[in-house]
Amino acid sequence: MSRRLVQTRRSLLGNAASAALALAGPGLARPALAGTAPRVVVIGGGFGGATAARALRQGGVDVTLVEASGTYVSCPFSNEVIVGLQPLSAQRFGYDNLTRTGLTRVQANATGVDPSGRRVTLADGTTLPYDRLVLSPGIDLRLDAVPGYGAEAVAAMPHAWKAGEQTALLARQLEAMPEGGTVVLSAPANPYRCPPGPYERASLIAHFLKTRKPRAKLILLDAKDTFSKQRLFQSAWAALYPDQLEYVPLASGGQVTAVEPAAMTVRTDFSEYKADVACIIPPQRAGRIAAIAGAADRSGWCPIDPVTFESKLVPGIHVIGDAAIAGAMPKSAFSANAQAKVCAQAVIDLLAGRAPEEPKLINTCYSLVAPGYGISIAGVFHPVNGLLADVEGAGGISPVDAPASVREQEAVYAADWYRTITREVFG
Amino acid sequence: MRLAARVRAVPALSALALLLAPAPTGATEGRPPPGATSCTGCHATGAAMQPISGRPAPEIAAALAEYRSGARPATVMNRIAKGFTEAESQAIAAYFAQGGPER
Repeated sequence: MSRRLVQTRRSLLGNAASAALALAGPGLARPALAGTAPRVVVIGGGFGGATAARALRQGGVDVTLVEASGTYVSCPFSNEVIVGLQPLSAQRFGYDNLTRTGLTRVQANATGVDPSGRRVTLADGTTLPYDRLVLSPGIDLRLDAVPGYGAEAVAAMPHAWKAGEQTALLARQLEAMPEGGTVVLSAPANPYRCPPGPYERASLIAHFLKTRKPRAKLILLDAKDTFSKQRLFQSAWAALYPDQLEYVPLASGGQVTAVEPAAMTVRTDFSEYKADVACIIPPQRAGRIAAIAGAADRSGWCPIDPVTFESKLVPGIHVIGDAAIAGAMPKSAFSANAQAKVCAQAVIDLLAGRAPEEPKLINTCYSLVAPGYGISIAGVFHPVNGLLADVEGAGGISPVDAPASVREQEAVYAADWYRTITREVFG
Repeated sequence: MRLAARVRAVPALSALALLLAPAPTGATEGRPPPGATSCTGCHATGAAMQPISGRPAPEIAAALAEYRSGARPATVMNRIAKGFTEAESQAIAAYFAQGGPER
């Protein structure tokens, strides 16, 4: 099995591999496999994994990218798809251009990791040896966390928190909803993927209702009392959607305690809501391979060293993106991309036997509250006491009192960011 | 090819960094200075946030200083530039003046 894979790797890499081997020779150490370039396996082909694979390849490393899907479906801008502002096809990205960098792409599920033998096992039994492993597995939804919200419930009450068929399903349900219907949207407690995402989704659904089904209503149930860009969202809601959007925070009974998909009811401590469309965003954890590798702690997420993104639990394994506990840095595509580049440089340094430098990382997240109305949060982060912390005095949200021209400009920047980052990652 | 290009760029980068700032932080041994690799998530050809790779270092450093002080109007760059010292900004400017990730 592994021999066949080695042959595949050779045939795919061809001359690029030989060149890389020759160039990588003097600078890079070869701890595990004498006579070959250092091997790094990257699991997960999203914003984190695809970026890391590309950056490692550019550093002359022999990279194998393991991703079960042949197409990536992007979560950023999928809220626009849900309300018909963008086609789902604009969320899809292939791996052809990434593969042309000379990395080996394996389209398979990784099912096992042996940290002491430094091997990844694939679903068909193939093993991939590595000198260092980068995990960028994203999230798994905890379909045991909300009573009634199991694997079967997602067809009736989509989460649409992994973009793809779920996104299309929620879009169809909204389109088919009766005039005067009720949408119930629930947001989980921290931490979870894309902190402002539920509120952008609420905003855009409210916009959809206002323009398409003006008698309909959205109830946003929140398992917390504070959230990202809160003042910006709430002042926009008061101005734009006073008749569409009702926000129910934790303190007012916003936590969902159970759902009944057959009856389309959503229960909280205080009330029971009858929904025509229900979107339940459940609690989450790091993608499953992180726990299999032993890199996830009891919280379900992965503690990491903030300089190298190496797991604090398993040496030789680095974790980036949503799966990592990155301190003040939010779980966003921008963060995953920035972390991937820092992690790749650290891996290259470690393979070469030199100390990685203390990094700084940036995050910027845009949200649309309506077409042409963008808001943002930004941050600069650095390692402090073993965690990524905000650089004090930097970052923050868009001004609360900004004129419409600034909101328009930020909506343009949001769209341009999406084009730029997806081109950098997949282009 | 990549690696060869990077190795060749190192002496030029170091020389330029020395000219521009007496003690820039980071960018040692050809590595990108702290924060630099985050920039290209937004700054690229065809975007409203224009590319910074290949622009003169003094121009980039001055822009960052003006964003930091508030002298130059901005939406997010004022918030981001405040996270970097003058020395870090100079190092980032030198890195992008040399082509950034394309060097």
